[in-house]
Amino acid sequence: MDAVRDNWRDVLYAFGLTVEISVLAGVIALVLGFLLGALRVSPVPVGRAVAAVYVRLVRNTPLLLIMLITTFTLPVLGLRPDINLNDWFGIDSHNRMLNLNFFVLCATGALGLYTAAFVCEAVRSGINSIPIGQAEAARSIGMTFGQTLRLVVLPQAYRAVIPPLTSTMIAMTKNSSVAVGVGVTDATFQMRKLNNDNGDQILQIFVTFAIGYMILVFLISAVGSLLERRAAA
Amino acid sequence: MTEQLGLVVLDHVNKWYGQTQALKDINLSIARGEVVVVIGPSGSGKSTLCRTINRLETINEGTITLDGRPLPAEGKALAALRADVGMVFQSFNLFAHKTVLENVTLGPIKVRGLDKAAAEKKARELLDRVGVAGHAEKYPAQLSGGQQQRVAIARALAMDPEVMLFDEPTSALDPEMIKEVLDVMVGLAKQGMTMVVVTHEMGFARTAADRVVFMADGAIVEEAAPEQFFTNPSTDRAKDFLGKVLQH
Repeated sequence: MDAVRDNWRDVLYAFGLTVEISVLAGVIALVLGFLLGALRVSPVPVGRAVAAVYVRLVRNTPLLLIMLITTFTLPVLGLRPDINLNDWFGIDSHNRMLNLNFFVLCATGALGLYTAAFVCEAVRSGINSIPIGQAEAARSIGMTFGQTLRLVVLPQAYRAVIPPLTSTMIAMTKNSSVAVGVGVTDATFQMRKLNNDNGDQILQIFVTFAIGYMILVFLISAVGSLLERRAAA
Repeated sequence: MTEQLGLVVLDHVNKWYGQTQALKDINLSIARGEVVVVIGPSGSGKSTLCRTINRLETINEGTITLDGRPLPAEGKALAALRADVGMVFQSFNLFAHKTVLENVTLGPIKVRGLDKAAAEKKARELLDRVGVAGHAEKYPAQLSGGQQQRVAIARALAMDPEVMLFDEPTSALDPEMIKEVLDVMVGLAKQGMTMVVVTHEMGFARTAADRVVFMADGAIVEEAAPEQFFTNPSTDRAKDFLGKVLQH
């Protein structure tokens, strides 16, 4: 009778996949985003140009389009859709919570690449919030560009970067729902499925999934606030 | 006798910011141990000149050599060169997230590869020398401007520089703090440090300079020993400038 209660296991698994995609995409986005952010302020003009072009291209393309591109062009380039990482990690391919099948990988990669552009801009704005004299002083005692960034600029920019990065990670987690468009069975997919099967309970189902996403977002905000308080101390 | 080559030599240096020429055909040779004071009105290019010597500003034409070596382009070689050129800024630019002691040890440890104990020993000696030894564990924001600037001098000295550049080191300071910074600089000059000092402190120029370089509109207008420059400047531009700054 109660669609959510009867299918709670499926709901939980679906959110598990959403968490998996968000965590993996988050790692990709943070690593790539910081590298791009560093390139964006590098003394090498080519580096700055590459990062700027990346941000401009990726940030101005709809996420769904990027997911469609990864999902449907990689097979054309010779990567067969039966490629997945399940065997590597010993994951059963019927596992709905932890599944690294081709579609999940493509969606996760696309989400990570897309979010990296926003991380890059958050990092860049944080770096720009530090007075230029700090970097000049670091360079003047003989630090290389990397040392200047790592030892002087980024530790100070860190505080300024946490709030926008928290927002970016929240947006990314919610954006993971777009993966339903390329056949990933995440939380949003499960929500649609339940709605299709239980047309009389759509409100309860919508609210349940909204609460689920909210819980994930609260967790990210909490981590963000914690890091912010630690940085202020 | 062979010609004495300068430690820092600027040869036909030109620099433009868009249409405006910031440096006009600058030729300047600074000998080892010499103290050169650069004065001139605002916008005359004196800070720019100072900053080109460690390539915080790039130049469009001409050459700058340090100890016979031309300034390298960006990269490790430039970083290595900058380690040998101390720089003191108008706004101090101490690393805000590091203690005073860490400010002075960061370069020796990360750039020179000194171990922490040796770097700290040396740093404490230098902080003592500039009179801020009691503040080693504080953060820059807890110090007065004059104290911060003296820490900045210690930070530069910790790298054992061949030459020290001072870009208006007292311009952001209260009058009573100017003296404590100038005293440290006079002490350095007496110990034989090669110094290029951009300043508005005419008293310092008179007492500590071996040579005064007067700049206006991006060019070196006059160069002379301080006594001669202040008592009998040879150009009208310098007379006009001195008339304005010395009348009070």
